[in-house]
Amino acid sequence: MQSLVKFFRSRLYDALAGAFFGALVGLTIALSTRYLHDLILIDWLGAAAPPIATEFVLPALGFLLVAGHAFIGFATGFGGFMGTRIGRFLYYGSATGYVRGFLGQVVFTLLGIGFLESIRALLGMTADGSTFNLFGTVISEPGFVFGALVGVIGFLLGSGVLTDWLLWITGAQTPLRHGAPPGKPEWFRYLNVDVNHKVIGIQYGYTSLLVLLAGGLFAIIFRIELAQPGMQWLTNAQYNTLFSAHGIVMIASILLGVGAMSNYLVPLMIGAADMAFPRLNAFSYWVGVPSVTLILAGMAVGGWDTGWVAYAPLSLRAPLGVQLFLMGFWINGFSSIASAINIIVTTMVMRARGMSWFRMPIFVWGAIAASLIQFTATQTVGVALMMSIAERAIGLNFFDPSGGGNPLLYQHLFWFYSHPVVYVFVLPGLGVISELLPVFTRKPLFGYKWIALSSLGIALVGFLVWAHHMFTAGMGDSLRTLFMITTMFVAVPTGVKFFSWVATLWEGKMTFETPMLFVLGAISVFLIGGISGPILGTVPTDLHLHDSYWVVGHFHATMFGGFVFPFFAALYYWYPKITGRMYKESLGKLHFWLMTPGFWVMSFGQMSIGIWGMRRRIADYDPALGIEAAQVLITVAGLVIGWSILIMLYNFVVSARTQEKAVRNPWRSRSPEWQIPSPAPEFNYDVPFVVVGDPYDYGIEAEYIRMGQAQPVPAGD
Amino acid sequence: MSSVVAETHHAHEVHSHELPWPQQLRANRIGLWLFMFSEVFLFAALLVARFVLWNDPETGAITRPELSQELGLLTTVVLLLSSFFMNRAETAMEVGDRKRFLNGLLTTAILGTLFFIGVVFMEWNIFGLSGTLFGIELFGHLKPSDGVISGIFFAMTGMHAIHVLSGIIFILIVWNNGRKGHYSPEKHWGVEACAIYWHYVDVVWVFYYPALYLIGTAVHSM
Ligand code: HEM
Ligand SMILES: [Cu+2]
Repeated sequence: MQSLVKFFRSRLYDALAGAFFGALVGLTIALSTRYLHDLILIDWLGAAAPPIATEFVLPALGFLLVAGHAFIGFATGFGGFMGTRIGRFLYYGSATGYVRGFLGQVVFTLLGIGFLESIRALLGMTADGSTFNLFGTVISEPGFVFGALVGVIGFLLGSGVLTDWLLWITGAQTPLRHGAPPGKPEWFRYLNVDVNHKVIGIQYGYTSLLVLLAGGLFAIIFRIELAQPGMQWLTNAQYNTLFSAHGIVMIASILLGVGAMSNYLVPLMIGAADMAFPRLNAFSYWVGVPSVTLILAGMAVGGWDTGWVAYAPLSLRAPLGVQLFLMGFWINGFSSIASAINIIVTTMVMRARGMSWFRMPIFVWGAIAASLIQFTATQTVGVALMMSIAERAIGLNFFDPSGGGNPLLYQHLFWFYSHPVVYVFVLPGLGVISELLPVFTRKPLFGYKWIALSSLGIALVGFLVWAHHMFTAGMGDSLRTLFMITTMFVAVPTGVKFFSWVATLWEGKMTFETPMLFVLGAISVFLIGGISGPILGTVPTDLHLHDSYWVVGHFHATMFGGFVFPFFAALYYWYPKITGRMYKESLGKLHFWLMTPGFWVMSFGQMSIGIWGMRRRIADYDPALGIEAAQVLITVAGLVIGWSILIMLYNFVVSARTQEKAVRNPWRSRSPEWQIPSPAPEFNYDVPFVVVGDPYDYGIEAEYIRMGQAQPVPAGD
Repeated sequence: MSSVVAETHHAHEVHSHELPWPQQLRANRIGLWLFMFSEVFLFAALLVARFVLWNDPETGAITRPELSQELGLLTTVVLLLSSFFMNRAETAMEVGDRKRFLNGLLTTAILGTLFFIGVVFMEWNIFGLSGTLFGIELFGHLKPSDGVISGIFFAMTGMHAIHVLSGIIFILIVWNNGRKGHYSPEKHWGVEACAIYWHYVDVVWVFYYPALYLIGTAVHSM
């Protein structure tokens, strides 16, 4: 084991990884050259390319590009070319956890496929059902699935997130490594496996935003298709793949965003130096990366048409891409469960002295409540997904009625997770709202204990309502009434939060910086979602609204109000904490004033066309519905929201370089994380603080925490 | 990257900020139990699925596949017995009796392997064998393609078998490290975690065995 690890840390491996990275870069250039060549010469100019170009020059050029870059990568991996910028880029780039992980994933996927296919060949099995054609070799579905699974292990091994644990197997001790790896610049930490919770939080954060961009792009593409009846630029299959991928990719983005906030904030807020299990923390993040890769790869191998819910038996008949989607979704569960356990344990054992449960910053309650759902309910959807994968790949029968299976079983297992998970999305977000309101109103948070307990209340009641998604699915009538009643109970703890927010706003000395604007926007949008929910939870109305665009309007409003707006508020609010610099307020305000009205229009538009007869998950609609104007409006609103988010990203990227240093506590917050320098030091608090009062006594002369006496930090780490 | 191996071995970081051991141990214990609680949902979901899938469509009466009762009982006894040896090993470590500790672990691993063979090679009969011993059918006849009557059977026993297998690997790792002189009566979290995990996997079977072999009327196919 140790010699293996030594190999992976050797110069030779550096060089091999460099070659792979170089080949990737070369391939990208080659493919885009080819694409541009075809586009300009053939599509635009209408010229017929001479056969010598397509059959010889272009492939040769492509080969040279790939091989040349691979060679340069190999040489730089060995440490050559370090004097040049491109050399450094290739050298550091090929050493990042992403590139090494991806290398591992590709190699292991191929190995896995090869292994299973050779066993199948030995047993004389032939591929029936869906097959995949890899460079002319026919691969069976089981081989494909097995390869994907092994590939994830390859990613984890390659990225290096398992290395410490593998060394433990041999009995070795591995101290936690702090700071950048030797010989690497500081920024390298953010692209590599690192155990510090702030680094991991930031990794979650930028990954979440990247994934959000991808999911947003899918939505824009199919929204443009929907702006008019008839099919404009997509096929039905493409439309299906796009909306299905949009849903699950956005959920992945939200889960990553929740991870970003919880990981970055919880240890800071409770006065801990890090999480209870820093290595597990890194694992939680890194296992999420191949999960997203698998889902995206699923789009390339045939796509799928089941939406994010993957109801059986539809999923059993879908194209091959559905397997990668199911597998990616399932792998993501590992991330959720590990990270949730870590957050709960951290909060239980690592709070600062004097920080009783009801003296924690309120966001921590949201993170805890979300984690309670994540580490339990995730298992049941995992079972549903595994069963679907197995039913397709090895022919076990669970859900397909033609073999005696029960399709409703899938829906129960799925929604037992997927209703509660909506609270995983929103509880941290609602926590952000409660956290920020007192700061910007300079008033105590109204009813701290009630808010804290309402988070737990929502989490618990959330477990009792799942079948409200199945009112039309053919389950027993008596169950319908039961689940209608439990669904109405959710409104109680949610209402508690709303009233507390209103009471906190009441007669507050409000200021309207961007984070506060987004908090207010969040409340307004969440209200739309919250009111449209009980209408769906009532059986007689749901029978009409189910599977209509009303549902689309409902859940976009809840997710934007409960997660997206608060997440953006949090990004703006903690931006000076993370970077040490202030974002550009004017751009922040512009973002808000584009996105919020845009969202209102989109939301009301979606709910309206739902009532007027627009189904969800359909590529085309009847012009006789008379909803064309509304459809155009929704698409335009969607584009506005998209652009406004790009403005935010621009703001963040540019401000980190150009803006002046932020003051230590720009919002005059009482929370512990603002009492230390920004960016926060490696171990947060050099001397632990003591909690002596309540967190939200704004406007009252009362202490919350007493900082320890600072001592000079020993040099050298 | 090449210098990292050397780096990680300079043991005393001035400022390493790892949790003090008693606190880390508490965290480890809570963390493991939370994980076990999480797995309750995994196994319970499969258990519920079994009751949803295996019943008579007309009468609603609970059914089950026809399985070899002797084989089921035998594997169950073997697994329960292994927990006893695991407990012996752990208590031996607590009093510092390394020999009994190592022997206990090895016995547990062997019994666990026997259970695994009983399920995967005999009950599943992946090599399609047949044979009897003292009139007892040694090999099962359920196949994955048998429709709904076999699906959840393979899912439940398979999910449990994966846990048994990982438990055996865990035991062997602990055994190997114990052999090299790691662990002490004061500090042996690895042993404790391994024991908890193993007992847990046993307890799961206590629920699965009756659900698969005893409850309901046996049917040939559905
Ligand atoms: C807390 C924030 C909430 C979020 C994030 C949320 C999210 C969602 C999502 C994602 C769906 C669609 C699932 C799908 O079919 O793809 C949905 C549907 C539904 N929601 Fe919510 N929801 C929230 C609050 C509520 C509340 C408060 C209620 C009722 C009191 C409610 C009742 C329903 C019902 C009944 C449906 C099913 C509609 C149908 O498919 O016919 N939701 N919600
Ligand atoms: Cu729901």
